[in-house]
Amino acid sequence: MSSSNLWLLWSNNAGVSTGIWFIIIVTLMYFGRTPAHEILRGLARLLRNGFRYTSRSINSLSKRLQQRNKEVILTAGKESTERLIEREFHRVNAVVERDLSSYPALHRQISDSINRIEEDYRGSTETPPSPPAWLDAVETIAKIPRTGDPTIGRILDDIHDTIERAHKDTLKEYRKSSLGRHDLLKKMLPAWRRLSQDLNDVKSTIEGIQERSKIIDHQMETYEEIRQGNDRAARMLTSSSLTQFFISGLVLFIAIMGGIINFQLIALPMSEMVGGTAQLGPLSTADVAALVIIMVEVAMGLFLMESLRITRLFPIIGTMEDQMRRRMILITFTILAILASVEASLAYMRDLLAADREALTQSLAGMEIVQAQFRWIPSIGQMVMGFILPFALAFVAIPLESFIHSSRTVLGLTGIAVLRLLSFLARLCGHIAFQGGNLLVNFYDLVIFLPLKIEHHLHQRQQLNLIKAEKPDMKKLATDKKKTESVKSSDGVHTL
Amino acid sequence: MKKLILLFILITIFGLSACTETAPKTRAVYMLLDTSGTYTEELKKAQTIINYLLGNLANGDSLAVARIDSGSFSEKDILHKVTFDSRPSRANEQKRAFKRKVDEFVASVKSASHTDISGGLLQATEFLNETGASEKFVLIFSDMEEDLKKGHVRDFSIPLVGIKVVALNVTKLRMDIVDPREYLNRLDMWEKKVLDGGGKWTVLNDLERLENLLKV
Repeated sequence: MSSSNLWLLWSNNAGVSTGIWFIIIVTLMYFGRTPAHEILRGLARLLRNGFRYTSRSINSLSKRLQQRNKEVILTAGKESTERLIEREFHRVNAVVERDLSSYPALHRQISDSINRIEEDYRGSTETPPSPPAWLDAVETIAKIPRTGDPTIGRILDDIHDTIERAHKDTLKEYRKSSLGRHDLLKKMLPAWRRLSQDLNDVKSTIEGIQERSKIIDHQMETYEEIRQGNDRAARMLTSSSLTQFFISGLVLFIAIMGGIINFQLIALPMSEMVGGTAQLGPLSTADVAALVIIMVEVAMGLFLMESLRITRLFPIIGTMEDQMRRRMILITFTILAILASVEASLAYMRDLLAADREALTQSLAGMEIVQAQFRWIPSIGQMVMGFILPFALAFVAIPLESFIHSSRTVLGLTGIAVLRLLSFLARLCGHIAFQGGNLLVNFYDLVIFLPLKIEHHLHQRQQLNLIKAEKPDMKKLATDKKKTESVKSSDGVHTL
Repeated sequence: MKKLILLFILITIFGLSACTETAPKTRAVYMLLDTSGTYTEELKKAQTIINYLLGNLANGDSLAVARIDSGSFSEKDILHKVTFDSRPSRANEQKRAFKRKVDEFVASVKSASHTDISGGLLQATEFLNETGASEKFVLIFSDMEEDLKKGHVRDFSIPLVGIKVVALNVTKLRMDIVDPREYLNRLDMWEKKVLDGGGKWTVLNDLERLENLLKV
């Protein structure tokens, strides 16, 4: 029996049949009201509880993820700070090795300078001038009167002259020695300057070390905060990680653009080498070959950066012996250089093919074939690009490392956000389900509002009848009460 | 960890299966040139179309040009055929050689007494099916007025499954101007013949719209 036949079961008139069905349904719904309400409310409660449980589970998962994310961030931050501190120590070590390792020599140099200055100082000590007795003798002889014997006068004059001469000689000698002392003092000047320069050098070295030690102190404070697992440190690291993610993402995007340009340069000439018709999946073999070359270049770049210890994506390379690392640097650099040369030649071939294609197009269009002037300029440009791009791509390793490290944090944050949203949606669904159950109950009553109204009306009438039936009894009760009270009062009077 | 390894293995297997060498999507075009009566005067336009094809067909594609004459179901009527090399430089050389051949033919063409379009079409299907191309086209540069030599039998269905037949530059004959129904009936007849053979049928009279020529 089809649904339309069932619908017209009571009458061929659709309206009448619908009416009868409606009455039957309403009647059934009226009699099944209480269990139906219970089912609807129960279902709503079940759904609400289910959603609440789901929301709680998701919340708990979100908290676990948050905790895990915090741990990851702190561990990454710890490693990064350790690296920074290590680097600062390396710098301090370099300064100490470079400047302070020569400190004994410097000390000896300064000591020598000081000794030399001291010797010169001693040498330049002023000798006492001629004794004053000389002056007295000269003066006394000069004052002796020249009376009497001219011989005695002459002798005295001679003595006076001799003493004067000796005095002059002494003065001359004194001046000479003063000049020598001045010379010694003049010689001291470069030694002083040297000493001053040496001391300045020591000062700047010590200041540099002091600055480094301040940086190390700051890093150590950060490290301590991270080690303690402070929320502030976690927030700081998260913010730093997000910045890293976006910056490295931008640089990677630029690198991808560079890769596409590189691909365009070598894809066409590759078809000349491996053929342009064979296909690997949806891509032509020539395109795949070009992509492989670019990927190999990127891989070589990664290994080169790892060997140089600029990045730390492969710990096994970082922990290699220095000799092995140097070999690896040499090998990866050589492969990169060879690939760059291959790309440069492919770029040149691309230019030749483009020219040939252009000539063919002109010929097919019936135009005269024109050789473009200064064609060598784009040819050289393409060759240079083909040579440089592989080396530029090698540096992709640096942003790639940052991107990978920061993406862990970003993925974690995204996961937390998604889980929180899911938790909220589950709660919302639970609430909607509960309120929906209530709404359905009300809607159920709305459908059977007519029998309900009749029931309500009948109930009211029944109550009114009951009240009316109870009223005469009430009057009788009131009269009995009054009678009892009057009897009681008359008894009281009698008692009094 | 085991799950991760399993996932990696599955991805590798799927990746490798996707990377297996597949047959390239190639096109094969067979162009029939009507050389009957005064239609030879239209062959300059056919040269333009062939040049367009040479410019647009890629490495690995095939092209053949044949004339329609009294008995076209013959290899002798194929002027030149080529499958372009996978190397671009070699393919360019082949295209230049093809152009030279077509130019020489147009310069020295002689009118045929009869027009065996069905024979040419049959020859075209043979060539196209042998190429194994994924997209196959027959371009008929003709007024589509068949004029068979006495005794030639062509009233049978031609297998054209997977082949698109394009009628190019279908000029109106003197009788068509008098009674256009002749022209319409002629096109209807060819359409029916192609569709009965399992092919696709298109008419392209506006040669400025050649970009639609090789669309399936």
